[in-house]
Amino acid sequence: MNINFSLFTIEIATALLGLVVLAIGLFLTKEKRHMLGYVIAGGLAAILVYSFGSYGQNTSTMDGMFIVDDFAVFFKQLFLIAAVLVILTSTVYVRKMGGNYEFYVITLVAALGMMVLVSAGDLLTLYVALETMTISFYILAGYKTDLKSSEAGVKYLILGAVSSGILLYGLSLVYGMTGTFVIRDIAESIKQMDGLSPAILVGIIFLLSGLGFKVSLVPFHMWSPDVYEGAPTPVTTFLATGSKAASFAALARILIEALPSYSGQWTYILAIMAAMTMVIGNIAAIPQTNIKRMLAYSSIAQAGYIITGIIAMSSAGIKAVAFYSMVYVFATIGAFAVVITFSQNTGSEEIKDYAGLAQRSPFMAAVLTVCLLSMAGMPPLAGFVGKLYLFSSIVNQGYLWLVILGLVMSMVSVYYYLLVVKAMYMNDPVSGTPIKVPVGTNVTLLLILVLTLVLGIYAEPLSVLANMAGNAIFPF
Amino acid sequence: MNFPVLTTILLAPIIGALISVFIPKEKSNAIKAVAGITTFISLALSIFVYYIYYTQNLAVGGFAFMEDIPFITDLGVVYSLGVDGLSLPLLLLTNVIGFSAVFSRSWSIEKRAKEFYILLLILIAGVMGTFIARDLFIFFLFYEVVVIPIYIMVIIWGSGSKTKDVNKEYAGMKLTIYLLIGSAFLLAGLIWMYVLAGNMLGTPTFDIEKLATLNFSRNLQIAIFGLMALGFTSLISMFPFHSWSPDGYAGAPTAVSMIHAGVLKKIGGYGLIRIGIFIFPLGAKFWAPLIAILAVCNVLYAAFISLAQKDMKYVVGYSSVSHMGFVLIGIASLNVIGLNGAVANMFAHGVMAALFFSVVGYIYAETKTRHIPDLGGIAHQMPRLAGVFLVATMASAGLPGLITFVPEFTVFMGAFSEPAIRIPAILALTGIIIGAVYVLRMAANVLFGPRKTEWDGKMDIKGSYMIPVIVLVAFTVIFGLFPSLLMDMVNSGITPIAERLVEVSSQIGGNL
Repeated sequence: MNINFSLFTIEIATALLGLVVLAIGLFLTKEKRHMLGYVIAGGLAAILVYSFGSYGQNTSTMDGMFIVDDFAVFFKQLFLIAAVLVILTSTVYVRKMGGNYEFYVITLVAALGMMVLVSAGDLLTLYVALETMTISFYILAGYKTDLKSSEAGVKYLILGAVSSGILLYGLSLVYGMTGTFVIRDIAESIKQMDGLSPAILVGIIFLLSGLGFKVSLVPFHMWSPDVYEGAPTPVTTFLATGSKAASFAALARILIEALPSYSGQWTYILAIMAAMTMVIGNIAAIPQTNIKRMLAYSSIAQAGYIITGIIAMSSAGIKAVAFYSMVYVFATIGAFAVVITFSQNTGSEEIKDYAGLAQRSPFMAAVLTVCLLSMAGMPPLAGFVGKLYLFSSIVNQGYLWLVILGLVMSMVSVYYYLLVVKAMYMNDPVSGTPIKVPVGTNVTLLLILVLTLVLGIYAEPLSVLANMAGNAIFPF
Repeated sequence: MNFPVLTTILLAPIIGALISVFIPKEKSNAIKAVAGITTFISLALSIFVYYIYYTQNLAVGGFAFMEDIPFITDLGVVYSLGVDGLSLPLLLLTNVIGFSAVFSRSWSIEKRAKEFYILLLILIAGVMGTFIARDLFIFFLFYEVVVIPIYIMVIIWGSGSKTKDVNKEYAGMKLTIYLLIGSAFLLAGLIWMYVLAGNMLGTPTFDIEKLATLNFSRNLQIAIFGLMALGFTSLISMFPFHSWSPDGYAGAPTAVSMIHAGVLKKIGGYGLIRIGIFIFPLGAKFWAPLIAILAVCNVLYAAFISLAQKDMKYVVGYSSVSHMGFVLIGIASLNVIGLNGAVANMFAHGVMAALFFSVVGYIYAETKTRHIPDLGGIAHQMPRLAGVFLVATMASAGLPGLITFVPEFTVFMGAFSEPAIRIPAILALTGIIIGAVYVLRMAANVLFGPRKTEWDGKMDIKGSYMIPVIVLVAFTVIFGLFPSLLMDMVNSGITPIAERLVEVSSQIGGNL
């Protein structure tokens, strides 16, 4: 067995960075430890730059256990970006919690889990990577020492463990019927069989349930509003972006690379789940008064849109998933960064308290507006191009009804996004004190604003990368 | 490469908005000046383009001043602009109204003037972009860009109504949701067509002219035209998707009402003709009778409701719904005369409605009321304003010699030549009479009557507030006296579309 260690560079570098920071922290006083966030962000940014060199390899090592294709590299970059932005916005939190810089390191480990997850070429690696990510999030969700955060942590732990068990059961069924863990061999082995095997179908349903939990597809979404609300906001941000995108990538890889012979069945199930997710996510978001819960429901709805790209079963569909995930990450982190800063200043997470934000901090109000509208898919923002990729990928598959539903539901989402916009722009502020925005957050917000606007008008750079990701899954 | 004049027209207001961002918010006059200058540049250039096209390209027809830059290559999106006889009048209209709107008087924009002008400039640029885009992606992009600024403008600077239990938040949200849900169906139709066209051509494209060469099957045309028509007709406020329009106009500040009633609505009619009829002639033929019937509902229903209104903005708002019925009848007649009339009517109604909203907004800002029974006799204190109001009234009633007469006449000429929609056309004709009644009654009750002392000391229209009324009255009269300036232009734009209709009908045999 040949092991090409150079393919692991990104993962090894990330792990080393975590260990080094863990060690450096011991030599710093508690007041200075939050500064390590900048070190980690810088380190991750360097790895991100380096990772551009990994495009175009499309190879695997350890007999297919570990795949480094453009699809994996694209998503690794997504996690790196998400981790950098999240860590930049969380320095304030860490300082407040008395320099518990382990927070950064656990975030880093979660990111490491995600990176291995998208590279996983066999079911065992996939499961281990998924658990690395999820267990880190169990800790992170309960990181704050208040009741809500602990509740969120426990809730996520129990439900997450159940869903992992279901996923594992699904994987074992697939293994039992095919006799192999390696994803590409599973596809071969299924091709040899005659007809459909009921056991594999059950396995697929379990698999969809397990991963559906992670991406919060209806009906496995119930945990997310509570956990999103209770967990520290930086954790919520990473949970809503990194964890979700990683699970999408894993779902896409298993379904499309291992189980293409069953696509007639799982696309059907996914289409129904996507429709329910769009409808319930968007409708349930309307009455929310807490902005984190509103964003939680909106992120459920977003999962419904993204899943359509997998239903498409085509290179264009995967490209759309990749493109939209990236755009979604920007928009979500932007929105949550505003939420973090706002609640640091005012201690409130209620939408009505956002009144007059446009006068207290025009920049934050503008960023939040842009991010929300990008999620709603309003042109000329990046979300519009993403939705166009997603929905145009499934028309040929005969899912026009899903396109219409998705578009109408996105317009419904504009309603509750505009309620926030209305509060910020129309109402007069409760208090006139300007909002203090830390430097790290300011950088994050500016970056996101520029990217969301530029990618909406000129999507070419990202769409080229997304296209490579799509072609890696569908090389023909 | 030639000087990119259309891009300049498009970018001038956006640059104005960018400059305004950096002007401190206390200097509202400087911001207004920037807005005025940049919209004037756009106006002057679009008059220039209109003139060049009218004198040089009219005989040839087709698109001129084209610009093509590949934009999103894998989607086949090209940043392609161009104008022809169909889009030029609407481009001109946008700039006339945009320029006037900057100087129009609203009651509350002194508060947060900077944000107001920035949003207004974005709005103007967005509307222009839809008319000069030759690529449907670009078209849709600009169309949706305008929705959110309008919402924000209505909820911040809008006003409620005394006669109806409608507040500005409700009005703004209703307008936004109607337009967005409509646009969702429009986008679904666009995506469907785009994917099918990509399959047929081998390369994806949003180019309108390329798409129009494809012959989709009849059933597809009916389905896609239906989806798109849901979007376009709710934008043009066709019955029963019209109810956002009076509420929205009443709630919006003057400048937004002017732009919305004047041009934004016309995107619906423009889209029906340029995209609906041009790309899906068979679909258009299938839906035309239904559109004609609903158009009659528009004309009569809105006219009767307008009779009962006591709020000036609601009168004008319902009258604009009613007038859109004429446009829709022209479109439904599907012949060259009727389509000419429809487009010309959009132009004429745009100028007239903007003039109307401009004076109504002035009266409201000055007297703090729009309630017709409270007003009366203001011609004593405001003679100049009364004169302008009368011009708008006469134009609305379709007086010969003013801008609206020839277009309305042409619409009915076109409609009567189609036997199938002759009856709807006759019914709609009565709408003109009712239309004259409600505007004249409003003019009489607001302007004339005994002198009321509470209006003493109220200022007549003057200074920079004269700019919009002078510009708009000039257009009303000039295009009224020389209708060929407009009709020849429109005719050259409609001819290729009408030819395609004829060609398709000869293929399937028989008319309608």
